[in-house]
This record gives sequence, C-alpha cells and structure tokens, in this order.
Amino acid sequence: MSHVLEIRDLRVEAPNGAVLLHGVSLDLNPGEVLGLIGESGAGKSTIGLASMGYGRGGCRITGGEIRLVGTEMREASRKTREALRGTRIAYVAQSAAAAFNPAMRLDTQILEVPLLHGLMPEAEARAWMLELFRALQLPDPEHFGARYPHQVSGGQLQRAMIAMAMAGKPDILVLDEPTTALDVTTQIEVLALLREMIRRYGTAALYITHDLAVIAQIADRLMVLRHGREVETGPTAALLEAPQQDYTRALVSERRESLGAVSGAHHRTGKALLSVEKVTASYGQTPVLHDVSLTLKRGETLAVVGESGSGKSTLARLVSGLLPPRAGTVTFDGASLPPRFRDRSPAQLRRIQLVYQLPDVALNPRQSVGEAIGRPLALFRGLRGKALADEVVRLLEQIGLPADFAARLPSALSGGQKQRVCIARALAAEPELMICDEVTSALDPLVAEEILRLLRKLQDELVMTYLFITHDLSVVQRLADRVMVMQKGRVVETGETAALFADPQAPYTRRLLDAVPQLRTDWLDEVMAAR
Amino acid sequence: MGKLIVQRLGLGVVTLALVSVLVFAGTELLPGDVAAAILGQNATPESLAALREQLGLNAGPVARYLGWAAGIVQGDLGVSLANRQPVGELLWPRFWNTMALAGYAAVIAVPLAVGLGIASAAFRGSLFDRVATLVALATVSLPEYFLGLLLILFVSVQYGLLPSLADTWSGMGLAAWLKATTLPMLVLVLVTVAQIMRMTRTTVLAVMDQPYIETAYLKGMRNGRVVLRHAAPNALAPIVNVVAFNLTYLIAGVVLVESIFNYNGLGRFMVDAVSKRDLPMVQAAAMVFAAVYVVLNLVADVAAIALNPRLRHPRAKEV
Repeated sequence: MSHVLEIRDLRVEAPNGAVLLHGVSLDLNPGEVLGLIGESGAGKSTIGLASMGYGRGGCRITGGEIRLVGTEMREASRKTREALRGTRIAYVAQSAAAAFNPAMRLDTQILEVPLLHGLMPEAEARAWMLELFRALQLPDPEHFGARYPHQVSGGQLQRAMIAMAMAGKPDILVLDEPTTALDVTTQIEVLALLREMIRRYGTAALYITHDLAVIAQIADRLMVLRHGREVETGPTAALLEAPQQDYTRALVSERRESLGAVSGAHHRTGKALLSVEKVTASYGQTPVLHDVSLTLKRGETLAVVGESGSGKSTLARLVSGLLPPRAGTVTFDGASLPPRFRDRSPAQLRRIQLVYQLPDVALNPRQSVGEAIGRPLALFRGLRGKALADEVVRLLEQIGLPADFAARLPSALSGGQKQRVCIARALAAEPELMICDEVTSALDPLVAEEILRLLRKLQDELVMTYLFITHDLSVVQRLADRVMVMQKGRVVETGETAALFADPQAPYTRRLLDAVPQLRTDWLDEVMAAR
Repeated sequence: MGKLIVQRLGLGVVTLALVSVLVFAGTELLPGDVAAAILGQNATPESLAALREQLGLNAGPVARYLGWAAGIVQGDLGVSLANRQPVGELLWPRFWNTMALAGYAAVIAVPLAVGLGIASAAFRGSLFDRVATLVALATVSLPEYFLGLLLILFVSVQYGLLPSLADTWSGMGLAAWLKATTLPMLVLVLVTVAQIMRMTRTTVLAVMDQPYIETAYLKGMRNGRVVLRHAAPNALAPIVNVVAFNLTYLIAGVVLVESIFNYNGLGRFMVDAVSKRDLPMVQAAAMVFAAVYVVLNLVADVAAIALNPRLRHPRAKEV
C-alpha cells in the first residue's frame, strides 16, 4: 500500500529567518490518522500547511520533499497545487468562526470546492453536501446551507467546516486543533462525528492538537514534536503506555496527573471575605446573570466553572466593579462594596486584584516589567526610588523570575513569563482577594502546570483567597477547595471539590464531568456507547 | 436594521440643524456691514439706519436666525441683498452645473479608482502595484491649480485638443458640453482617484489577512476569485465610505477648479457672494454644501449598514 503523503526532511523558515522545522519526516497511509502533538511553537500547524504546499504568513519551505498522492508539492506549479487543494487534501481550522467568510452563505462556500474544481455537477454536489450535513447531524439539513456563518452556533459551524473539507472528497484531512475552541460538551460531539466521518469515508488525517487525551481517541499513531523537531513516533496506545523520551513522559504524566487525584479542601479557612447575594446582571437588554449568590472565606479557593455564555467571566467583572449589577449586593470583609469601581475607595480597589486570561494583551507592550509591577507599588503603597526598585526585585523573586527581568519589555518574555508578571503586578497591591479569570487557558499544559504551582505556593505563603474562573475541570481539581458550576447565568451546583467530583448532584454537572476527555484510547467509545 | 437606518436619518437632521447655526453665526461674525457695502461712499448715518431697518438687520440675532431657518425649512432661501432677486433662482442653476461636473468626474473616477485599488491589492508588490501607487501619489500631491494649468498648457495650448475655458450655457448640446468640461473633469478625477484607490487597496489587503481568505486559498481557489468573491464584498463598507467622502469633495471642494476653468458652478457663486458681502447668498450656498455633505455621508452610513451581513440576515430566534 503506497502512502498518500510522504514528507522527507522538511525544513521551513519564517520570514525573519527563524527555523520552524528542522527536517521532519513522516508517512501517512490511506485512511490512517496520524496525531501531531506538541506545545505551541512545536511546528505542528506548519507541517499541516506545508503538506498542502502552503506557508502561512510568508513562511518558506526551504528544504525537503512533500509528496502528496504522488505529486511533489514543492516542484509543482501553482495551478497543480491549486488543483490538489480541496480535492486531495483539505484543511479544517481551529476557529470555524474565523475561517468562514462572514459575507457568504454556508452552502456557497461549501459547494465552491466541488463546483470550481469541476469534480461533479451541481445537483450531485448538493446531494453530497446534504449527505454530509446529515452525517454530521446538523439541524434541518435541507435548509442549513442557506444560513450565514453568524446565524449558527459554534459547534454547528465547526461541523460545517468539516463538511466543507469533505465536500471535495479528499484523501487527506488536515485537522488543525478542530475541537480546541469548543466547549467541553460540544467538543465530545464534534470529536465523535469527526471520527465517524473519517472511518466511514476512509479519509486519512493529520490531526494537530496539544491535547493528548483528545488525540488518544482518534489517532492510530502519534508523532510528538518539540521546537520543530520530531521527539518520537509510535502507535497511540504504546506511546501513551510507555513513552520512550523524557519530553513525552513529561507530557503524558502532566495529563495523567491533571486527570488524576482530587486535591480536595486542604486550606485553613477563616471567616467570610467576599459574599455575593442574589445578583442579577445584564449587558444592555441581554440578561447574563440570574440570582447568583456565593460566599468565599479568607484563604479559600472557589472555582467558578462553566461553558462559554455561562456568565462566569461576568461574575468576575461584577466583583471587580467593571459591570454594576442590576440587583443584589456584593459584600467584602463585612462592608458593602460600591457597584462601580470608580466609586470604590483606593483601599477597596487595592484589596481586590484581577489577573486576566491573555497575558499578551494585559501587559502594555511599551512598559518594561519593572514599570508594570512598579505602578501599583507607587499608586497603592506610595513607594518611590530605591524602595520601589527593591520591592520589584522581591516580587520578581516571589514569582520565580530573575531580578534583571525588570528591565525587559513584554515582547522579550514567553507566555508563561508574561502571566507570572501579571501575577506579580496583582501581588504588588498586596491584595486579599485575587480574581483569576482563565489564567491558564492561553498557556501550554506544562507551562500552565507551573503557573498553578506558583498560585498554590503564593496561597500558602500569603494566605491568599482566590476566585478562580475557568472552563478547565482539571485545573479545578488541582486547585479548588470548593466548586461552583454555572450554566446560562445560573448557579447549577456548589460543593466541596472532592465531593462534587465524586458525586455530582445536578445532571448538568455530571454531563460536564463526563465530557472531559480521558487519556485512555477507549474513552470515547465508552462514552458514546453509554448514550 | 430599519431602526439603525432611522437613527442615522435622525442624526443627519440634527447635524444639519447644528450646521445651520454655525453658518449663521459664522456669517454674523464676518467683518463689515451690508448696509455700508450697498450704499458705499454716499452713506449718511440716516440712510444707513434706514437701510438697516429696511433689511431687518436691527432685530436680535436669535430672531433673525429663527426667521432665516424657518424660511429654509419651507424652501425659501431668502432674497439677495445685492440685487433683490430670490436667492433660490440664482443658486439652483449654478448648483446643477456643479452637480453635472461632479457627476461627470465621479462616473469616471469611482470605477477607475476602485478597480485600480482592487487590482493593486490582488497583485500586491508587483510592478503594476508600484507604478499605480507612484502615479496616484504624484497626482494627489500636486495642487489642483497646478494640475489644471499643466493640462491647459499641454492639452489646450500646445495641442489645442480641448478648450481651456469651461464655458457652458443652457441649451448647449451634450457633445459640446462634454468637450467644454472634460479638462476640469480630468483635474477632479486626478485628485480623487488616488485616495479612493489607496483606501481600496488598504481595506482589501486588510481583508486579505483574514483567516477566511486563507481558507479560500486552502480550498484551491484561484487568486482572482479569492480577491473578487471572498475579499472585495467584505471590504465594501469602508470603500463606500471613502467614495462618499470623495464625492462630497467633488461637489463641495470644486471652488478652485471652477475658478481655474471659469466654470459657472456653485463654488464660484459662493466666492462672488462673499466678495459682495451678500450674506443670504453666502448662507444659502454654505447650507447647500453642508446638506450635500451630510446627505452623501448618510448614504454611505446607510449603505455600510445594509452591506453588513449580520444586520441584513439577522440571527433567527433560537429553537
């Protein structure tokens, strides 16, 4: 059996000369799913795009061979490459919302592939599209195509993207984190359908992801990548059971640990620090929070979990005073807290600090690390000159960065380092409550693990109280004393972490917990069989 | 969507009302006295006072503004101070002359500029792109009167192809009219094409960086289809805006071009009125310019709303 894709010693360089791939080789058999796994910057997407003869953002393929169903893509003319794309190899992007043209109907965009490549007459192409819509369990398949991208949900759009990729009956799908942007309960649906499609139509796939548990459900073989080099390759089950390389071992054990034992309540907790009572909030006319109440004791970590649209981030905005509630009260350390941050006293502002999801955006790119951390020191604690500089160094030490980082600009830091700086900036105000809004979501698993470890260390040293907003249940398990589950702006369930994970009361909580991918290769089969 | 459009229309009316206040206040502040200007050297204090009384200049500014604004709302632009004729009769023929010249220029300039802009985005960095950019920047950098004089020098004086004066009269044939107005039209085209073209290129290129354009390429779509079918519709709203902005320039900014070619349009009308201190004429011309400006921008806003697929195809109620 000949390979549908053969890559030999592939080298790709960025426009600035940085080498993204240092000679990677792989073979893909017909109908086989090869998982490409690694952290950001590993070169996974670069391989996927290069196999289509495409370099994103001016990246150039500078060496090696890419043989796609017998055609050498590097030597092929532009016309040949265009003819192969969409028909022999097709791409599914992480964010279907961005990958669909907002000004065109879905069916126009999907039918473009078979019609403009002249693969089949229009009636046949429409029938094929309808078959795909049905296979992907899209609602009202006859009329689904007449919609515009903004008129369907995120999960539906991601399925429509799969239909668009399958529209040209390709031999190979390049799946670039196809479920990463979805909520956990939606992810499982899309993942199951995707696997079903691949099996039914015998399509081979390069499945790109950073999530080992997801790839374990669908890939026949795994290739682990790091810094543009292959770490190791092997059959999925064998590689997860017995990784040969240290790096793979670290990835696997991080994921196992994150899915493993519950940390449980172990913090000495004092009296109530924050209490939110019967709060209702809305953006304009759209209600987002209904009658939400919570209490948080000093030294405790409360995780607020939920899917997008559950209102968890709105809750964070409300406590921090960015969004005044329609009704209800927020009490902090026994005193009522003004709804707007403008009306709060400097002391009230100082005692509650917020750390955001995206450290790239949360730091001013023109401010050095020292300036960013120094601002709250000057503002809230009145430090100047040497005292301020010393305190910046102490804070950097506390979050595990060397003193000379104070002079660096954010652009010279990695994602994890930036998030550490954001945490140091919050610490500079000597807060009693830290609101962490998805602080690890934008980070690679190993880096996220380090940030969580840092937050735990700080809590032990400083008796910090955390309101931890997240959609990632594995984070909750490792960090939270108590969990509050939210859905559509309402509190579904609140409980001690260990108890809630062991015996969820609400059906929604159970569904949420069941949807977290496990590292076993047969997990998805079990879940689907149980339905 | 309907609600948004009604909101824009309401805003347009409010803008015009504010502009009328500014126009009136501005002409109030102009130095000199109409009565003195009319009577000239022979003015005696008594005759000045009598004329002021007769012209209604002694009433308070608020009362005079309200009277003037009420007239405009009813379509009455007032009476010329200099020759006692209704302003409307003098102004509208000149206005239509200006509109005709602007329309002639727009019909050529807009398709040319948008086409060139899309083409230079499609062939980014090519020789065509660079030459088009260079020529456009050169023409936009030259002042109108210089461009006008250059064209007169070469086209009229050297080769005698077209007349240097844009003499028009009512009842002249279309061919003769086109021949008379082609040179001023060319000047207007040259100064407006550059901006529309550059903005079109920039907006199309910004759209070309969107992920859905990459998707189209990865589906194997050809460059031409990606640019025309996938990118251009998404760039349309900003392009409509810059086109509207340039159309207002064609109408409101033609004073210089009309002067160079001695064209009988609204721009020259206003210049003449200012030099005669004929305030009702100045005010009326200013209001007409402002109205054109507001209406064109309104059209652009409404078009931008109408072109937004999210507003055109609202999300169905969730089932």
